[in-house]
Amino acid sequence: MAKKKVTKTIDDINRKIKEGKVVVVTADEMVDIVKKSGAEKAAREVDVVTTGTFSPMCSSGAFINFGHSKPGLKASRVWLNDVPAYAGLAAVDCYIGATESPEDDPLNRVHPGEFKYGGGHVLHDLVAGKKIELRATAYGTDCYPKTQLKKKITLSDLPYAVMLNPRNAYQNYNCAINLTKKTIYTYMGVLKPNGGNANYATSGELSPLFNDPYYRTIGLGSRIFLGGAKGYILGPGTQHNPEAMRHENGTPLTPAGTLMLSGNLKEMDPRWVLGVSMLGYGCSLAVGVGIPIPVLNSELAEFTGVSDEHIFTQVIDYGNDYPKGEGKSLAQVSYAELKSGSIRVNGQEIPSVPLSSHKRALEIANILKDWVEKGELLLTQPQETLPN
Amino acid sequence: MYSKTISLRFPKNIVGEPIAATLVKKFDLSFNILKAVIYPRKEGLMVLQLSGHKKNYAKGVQYLKGLGVKVESIGEDIKRDEEKCYQCGACTAVCPTGALSIKRPEMEVVFDQEKCSACEWCVVACPARAMEVKFNKTLLN
Repeated sequence: MAKKKVTKTIDDINRKIKEGKVVVVTADEMVDIVKKSGAEKAAREVDVVTTGTFSPMCSSGAFINFGHSKPGLKASRVWLNDVPAYAGLAAVDCYIGATESPEDDPLNRVHPGEFKYGGGHVLHDLVAGKKIELRATAYGTDCYPKTQLKKKITLSDLPYAVMLNPRNAYQNYNCAINLTKKTIYTYMGVLKPNGGNANYATSGELSPLFNDPYYRTIGLGSRIFLGGAKGYILGPGTQHNPEAMRHENGTPLTPAGTLMLSGNLKEMDPRWVLGVSMLGYGCSLAVGVGIPIPVLNSELAEFTGVSDEHIFTQVIDYGNDYPKGEGKSLAQVSYAELKSGSIRVNGQEIPSVPLSSHKRALEIANILKDWVEKGELLLTQPQETLPN
Repeated sequence: MYSKTISLRFPKNIVGEPIAATLVKKFDLSFNILKAVIYPRKEGLMVLQLSGHKKNYAKGVQYLKGLGVKVESIGEDIKRDEEKCYQCGACTAVCPTGALSIKRPEMEVVFDQEKCSACEWCVVACPARAMEVKFNKTLLN
């Protein structure tokens, strides 16, 4: 007689976590388990699969309240280490975005610009506990008469600082090459002429959304690893596109889902919140994100068992096509090919270069595994799953 | 056949010396100039891959030192800040000598100072700006 099919609930898994009986594996370990034992047996044996990614993620930033001064001030413009923060929120609230550059930055006037310091670096410095110069100007009101403010702050001085990233953890991303005759400088890194290199930016089988491709278990309220601390998924990120073409295993073949994430900046670790400078493009923030996927049934075991050989992306020419807004695919390649060090596009062998850190992604998946095993992170039932 | 990449720093009084030609003619060495700069205060810097018989190489370096040229292995001038480097691999796209490469299957980004030609491409291509080249600073000090 066939065994009854496995079905677990989040509560079942949390009970096992509390009893110290939970079985947690990282997404790369799950590949072998499913290959060896099959999805049904894997679902019986494994309760949680942990994922991870560490990569530059634009559309990141933080809401900061810097507290009232005496006399009070209603800031209309705010700078943190000379990087402008958006101040059109309230008297002493602002939002510092990862890609903002200082007003006197040369930007791309001497091309390619270096973009040595920007919003992402401010976020890193804050999390690292460094002193930041806060500057604000105001027009003055009856209730808040002060018009100028300049002081040194640290993260611990701030009454409130919360990271809120409108778009992180892209489910798949283009592989970029350059078919023009000149080197180009893009958000996908430096691309040498005549298809000199092919840059890609996801952690493949370790990447969170490849392991739950139809967002069955994650959504509003899912507790995750964000920047070294516990954070939450708030919902779909900007540009969330569940309609993308998919492989029969469910993983999208082009950029698809995204996440809006939030977490307390004060609890984060500078190792996982890192300012980055993309030559000729701008500043950004490399963010560490990891999501625990509950293995509720054999379908989720199958999903989390997906391997680099079966996850694909498109090769796009960032020299000619992409700037025109055209995304014509020149080739479809697997993450196994990309990670091997070279891909073939129209008969040409092109060295492939990662922008996403595999080592750091694996480190995150292992930290998350540790948290779940020790009962430091319980799984959550999302209040609402993402649009799919 | 012995080959090594070295950096030569010239005081301003000998910037005019045809040292590369002398290395070839007198010491039977061959060279590949990877970088050559004269700074505003007229000190010079040259990064050279010098090849030949090991004895001749030693004599050639002796000759350079005799002229007052400071000779250093290039590896001492290029450093990676291991704290800043987050092991992505972006640098491997621009590194012309393979000094920066990815070790598989770990996907670890390895830096081999011996292969580095000090072209400085990685310095600006690294998103975390983890690569440091010392020589410009030390020359000005």
